[in-house]
Formats: sequence, C-alpha cells, structure tokens
Amino acid sequence: MLAVLVLPVLAGLSATLLPAFGYWPALGGTHFTLEPWRLLLALPSLRRSIGVSLFVGFTTTALSLGVVTLLVAAFLSTRSFALVRRLLSPLLSVPYVALAFGLAFVMAPSGLIFRLFSPWATGLERPPDLLIINDPFGLSLAGGLVLKEIPFLFLMTLAALPQVDAARAFTSARTLGYRRVAAFAKVVMPRLYPHLRFPVLAVLAYGLSVVDAALVLGPSTPPTLAVQVLRLAQDPDLALHFEESAAAVLQLGLVISAIGVWLVLERFAALLWRQWVVMGARHCGEAWVRVMAPLFAIVLAGLVALAFSSLMLWSVAASWRFPEVWPRALTLETWRRELAGALPLLCRTLLLGVGVAATALVITILCLENEVRRGVPRASTLNLIYIPLLVPQVAFLTGTASLMIAMHLDGNAIGVGLAHLVFVLPYVFMSLSAPWRAYDPRYRATALLLGASPWRAFWAVRLPMLSRAILIAGALGFAISVSQYLATLLVGGGRFTTVTTEAVGLAAGADRRVIGVFALIQAILPFLGFAVALLVPGLLFRNRRGLRDA
Amino acid sequence: MAVLSSPSSSENMSEPLFSNKPPDQGLTLDRLAVLLNGRALFRLSFSAEPGEIVTVMGPSGSGKSSLLAAICGTLDPVFEIAGHILLEGCRIEAKPPELRRVGILFQDDLLFPHLSVAGNLAFGLPAEVKGKAARRARVERALSAADLEGFADRDPATLSGGQRARVSLLRVLLSEPRALLLDEPFSKLDTALRARFRAFVFQEVRKRALPALLATHDYADAKAAGGRVIVLEPPSIP
Repeated sequence: MLAVLVLPVLAGLSATLLPAFGYWPALGGTHFTLEPWRLLLALPSLRRSIGVSLFVGFTTTALSLGVVTLLVAAFLSTRSFALVRRLLSPLLSVPYVALAFGLAFVMAPSGLIFRLFSPWATGLERPPDLLIINDPFGLSLAGGLVLKEIPFLFLMTLAALPQVDAARAFTSARTLGYRRVAAFAKVVMPRLYPHLRFPVLAVLAYGLSVVDAALVLGPSTPPTLAVQVLRLAQDPDLALHFEESAAAVLQLGLVISAIGVWLVLERFAALLWRQWVVMGARHCGEAWVRVMAPLFAIVLAGLVALAFSSLMLWSVAASWRFPEVWPRALTLETWRRELAGALPLLCRTLLLGVGVAATALVITILCLENEVRRGVPRASTLNLIYIPLLVPQVAFLTGTASLMIAMHLDGNAIGVGLAHLVFVLPYVFMSLSAPWRAYDPRYRATALLLGASPWRAFWAVRLPMLSRAILIAGALGFAISVSQYLATLLVGGGRFTTVTTEAVGLAAGADRRVIGVFALIQAILPFLGFAVALLVPGLLFRNRRGLRDA
Repeated sequence: MAVLSSPSSSENMSEPLFSNKPPDQGLTLDRLAVLLNGRALFRLSFSAEPGEIVTVMGPSGSGKSSLLAAICGTLDPVFEIAGHILLEGCRIEAKPPELRRVGILFQDDLLFPHLSVAGNLAFGLPAEVKGKAARRARVERALSAADLEGFADRDPATLSGGQRARVSLLRVLLSEPRALLLDEPFSKLDTALRARFRAFVFQEVRKRALPALLATHDYADAKAAGGRVIVLEPPSIP
C-alpha cells in the first residue's frame, strides 16, 4: 500500500527535480545546469507570487485554527455543540471550487451583497469598480479557503476530543474555578493540539499550494506561485518545462520552510503557554468569546447558505440585472441545454470516482484486516501515507504526468484514476482506520469460537457491523476524487476531463448561468455519495437498532 | 471446596501431571504458561472433568483473561505460550481458534447486532445441520427450552439484559463446543438476574457434561460452581 502512495510522489518529485537542474533528455537537457533557476528568478512577478502564497497560507491556517478553537472552547459540553456539528459536517463534502464560485457570486461588486444594499443604501445603479474577488493580496482566496478549512479542522477536533479525555479534564478544571474558555485553553488545548498538528500542517501546505480555488478567487497578475507553476506547465513552449520544474521545486521548498516556521512558532507558543498556565488566572476573554463564537458560526453558515443560493438562482435566472435582488424571470433553459452536453462528463466523473473510491476501500480494508490477523502493532511507517497531503500537488504532479506520458498512461481513465488514488487513499484510510481499530475484538473471537473461519468472521460479522463506517469512508473517497482538479488536468492532459476541470475552466469569464449549473453539479455529486452512505445501511438493517450507533 | 493456589507457592503445579498417558476426557492444562517478553505470568497444570466447573480467581492483571484467551487461541500475539492444552486427549494449543471446539461467554453478550436472534443462533449452529427448515427447527427448539419462544425474529437490541444473556449462551451451546470458558459472564447482571442466569448456565454445563472454566471476582460465583478454585496472583515485579 505504501508503494501506491509514496512511489508516485517520489517518482514525480524526481521527474520534477531533474529538469529543474536542466536534466531531461527527452527535451534536449543532457547536462546539469542552473540556467532554469536564472530564468525563473528573472521573472519580475516572482517575489510577489511568493509573498501572496505565503500570506494566503499562513492567514488561512491561523484563522481557521483560531475560529475552530474559539468554537470548541465556547461550545464544548453544551447542547449547542451538536447543532454546530450538524451545521458544519455537510460542508466537508462541498468541493472547494463550487464553494469558491458561490462565494464569488456573493462577494463580487455585482454580487448578492451589493445587490441587497443597492441602490437604497449605496446609491449604486451599476456594479462598483472594485476588485474584491481576485484581489491582489489574496484576501478573497484566503477567505474562501478558511470557509472550507474550518469544517475540516472542526471535524478533526471532534475525532480527537474523546482520545484526550477532554470532557473530564474540562469538568475538573471548571470545578477548580476556571471559567469555560480558560479551562479549555489550559487543560484541553495542550493535549488536543498534538492530535491536530498534522491536519493543521496539511491546511498550511494546502493554503500555500492550492490551485483550483486560486484560479477562481485568487489574484491573477501576478498569481500565487502554484498557479504560476501551472501556467508555465501549460505553456505550449516546451522549453519552459525546465523553468516550470524549477518553479515547482521552489514551491516545494516554500512549503517545507513554511512548515518549519510553523513548528518553530509552535515551540514559542508552548513556551509562553507554560508560563501562563500556572499563573492561576480563572478568566480568559470569556465574554468576548461567548459573543464571537456564535457570531462566527452564524456568519459561516450564512455565507455558505448565501453562496449556494446564488449558485442556484444564477443557474435558473433568465435575466438578472445589477441592483435587482431577485432575477426578473426564472427558467430551466440553462440546465436543459448544459445538462445535455454535460451528461457524458457527469457519467465519466461518477464512474471514475466510484472506481477510485472502491479501489481505495479494498486496499484500506486489506491493510486493516492484515493488521488484525497478524496482530501487527500499528507501524509508524504508515504515517507515510499522509505524505501526499503535505507535498504540494504542483511540485510532483507535473513530474508524475511526464512519467505517465512516458508509460502511455496519460489521458485515459487508468492514469487519471491512479493519480486520484494517491490523494483518495490517505483520506479513506484516515476515515476507516479509527472505527476499524475501535471495533471490539471479542466479536471476532466470538465468531471464530463459534466455528466460523477467519474469512467468515470477516464477511459475515465484521463487514456488516462496520458497513456504515465503510460506506462513509467510500463516500469521502468519492468526494475527494470528484474534487481533484490538478491531478485530472495534468495527467488527463486535457483529453480526460471531469466536471471539476470543466467547472474551473469556466472561471475565465464564462456565463454566470453556466457556472451556476456546473458548480452545482460538482457539489451535488459528493453530496449524493454521502446521502447513499447514510441511507443504505439504514435500509439494509432497518430493524437493527444495535447497529445505529455501532 | 478445595483451594489450589497459584504457581509460585506450590512447586508441584509445574510438574508434568501425566507421566504416561493423558486422560481422554475433559480439559487439561499441562504446565501451561503465558509469557510476556520471556517472563511467565503464570504456569498452571490442572484438569477439569466433564461437567466440572473449575473457578479461576485473582485480581485484575493476574492473567485470568490471558489464561482464557490462551485456551481459546485468541491471545494477543505479544504474548507467547508454553506447555500444552489438551481437550479430550488431543493437543489443541497449535490449532486455530475456530477448530478448537472451545466455547466462550464474555462479560458482554456480544450478540451480532446486524443479525436477528435466530440469525445469531444459526450462526452458531454447525453447517452439518443441513436444510433451512431443519436449522430453523433447531433454533426454535433451543429458544423454547430457554423460555424464549417467539423471539426468533426479534432484533437483539430490543431484548432485556437477561434475555440477551440467555441467547448468548444458547448460541455457544448450539455450536456444540467440547469445553466452555466463562469470562466473568455474570458480572454485568444485577443480583437477582445473576443468580438465575448462573444457575441456568451451570445446569446446562452439567447436563451436557462439559468441562468448564470460570473466571470471576465473586466468591458467590465460585461457591455456586462447586468445583475447585484456582487463585492466580499477579506476577511479582523483580
């Protein structure tokens, strides 16, 4: 299994590193040289690109971690906690691109917010000439990413809370007189953070190297570094391949150093915290947090709701002039027209996603069952499976794509599926390993001692009992596959397209109605996946109450 | 009730019990030891006759559960075992759990939540009982013998604790084990239920002449079992 994950990354990285130093015989580079770097560093916009990337990466990470901490501190062990969780969980399945488009429709100068206040408050009859979306500092990009990373970090926190025995530590601190936020910051957070470190670093790496959302919301002149790499990669001038590889290596270096900086900052924070925790203060911005946390939750949920309603409205709008809050006429014409053309695309995306998710499930289940049978203690080498989540996609996918071209795997479902698998597998493994390992081993022992073979204990007892967890892991894998942009684009070579590559392609100024339709299609697919995962076990085992919380 | 004590205090426990011929009945442990990093948690030799319930007592950490898991073959691979386990004269310590014909009842009933009561029982029934109707008849018969008539198609989650405990015992018995291990199966039941269920289990063990091993904390259980008592002591830390 490790081979599936690490090999493509390593192979891709080396296929990026070599041309970055001038070596790639297929393109005439037969000796090592620093020429690509000279060309790259001569790019006038490079510094700005790096600056914007760093700003977006760190802002996104700090803001989403901050808001999640705030939400958990304010709501832990309250009745509203379940509500917050229910509000945020479905967001996890929303693809970045669909959310980014929705957000653009809300925030843009001609978007829903300006319409709501025009002309009565602003006096505007025409959209103002403001660069809100695609702003040069990447603020809107960071905003869009934060919206998507908050649910991710929040759900990771939910998974970690029971492992650190948070509820009891929290209660005992409160019985010592610590107020809610102080208690959380002093006794829960320090034990929680080590469990969140990896997800936080993944958010940082993603924010620094995201491409699809950056194409929709990010600055364009100059773009973020990752988008710059992609532009070079797509340039028909093959000589630019060396320069592009150098840029990809630079992107990798950027992520590695950013992770290093973050880890150092972590140490400093821990140092300060250690001084503060024993000072005995029982308060820590209680009132402020209590007001801000619900406000954040409402703003978040509101923005997402607005984003999706704008997508929906645009997809059925016949004509919708600027200050009008509601389209003048509604029509299904756009859907009818686009759906007819998009149907093969939709089927391809669906089949690919199902195939990749199923493959990832089989591999994951075999690994986990092997762990059970051999009683292998969890190998720490398994942590390597998370590498594809940390290494920036642009840094190795261009290399992977060159190798796929060499093996004639580019542009078809197998090549694209393999590239998707690299990113799908870690998530499927992450999602399924916790319930699998938490499964009471005595069920297996009981089945064996009743005379069942190990395979029967697996098929007839373990799989049905874990069916819900398995299907949810599969749905997550499907959602990840559907949302893959860069892997599809680079390995598919423009000949294998999915709903997502098509949707991102529309970012460069297509009709908003068409964007609405495609963004919704892209968002509906993962949603359907999760709906199936939640409904099927309920139907299969509808008279089995004991499975509901299993 | 005869109290045997644990390994360290009595030397003869680690001597081979049978110099010439092992008994061809019951469950016999012959210098059985569970080792962790080469150190034995205990070393035991004794034999449970058909229909006899031998009680194993000892504080938590003394290795009661490891002893039962060693006999079942479900011991965590960090442990090793030494010595022999004989069931009806055959060594079983190298066999996989599903071929040992040793049944076990745990603290929890562990009924499979995705199967009905009848499904759980049929899971235990050997495949040699052929035909849907014949299998169903066996299941129905077992249920009515335990005052559970009409429960076949129920969801196990809708049963009371006592009913679930009984179904769990029926499931083990239908799998026709040649020995029964009881891993504190009464400790989660309330007092009234506990005595009744215990009597039911012991009655079935004696009726079927199964050698049985009961791990428990409770002297009342040991007394009701009426057999020998083995006390395991936690391994001393050097």
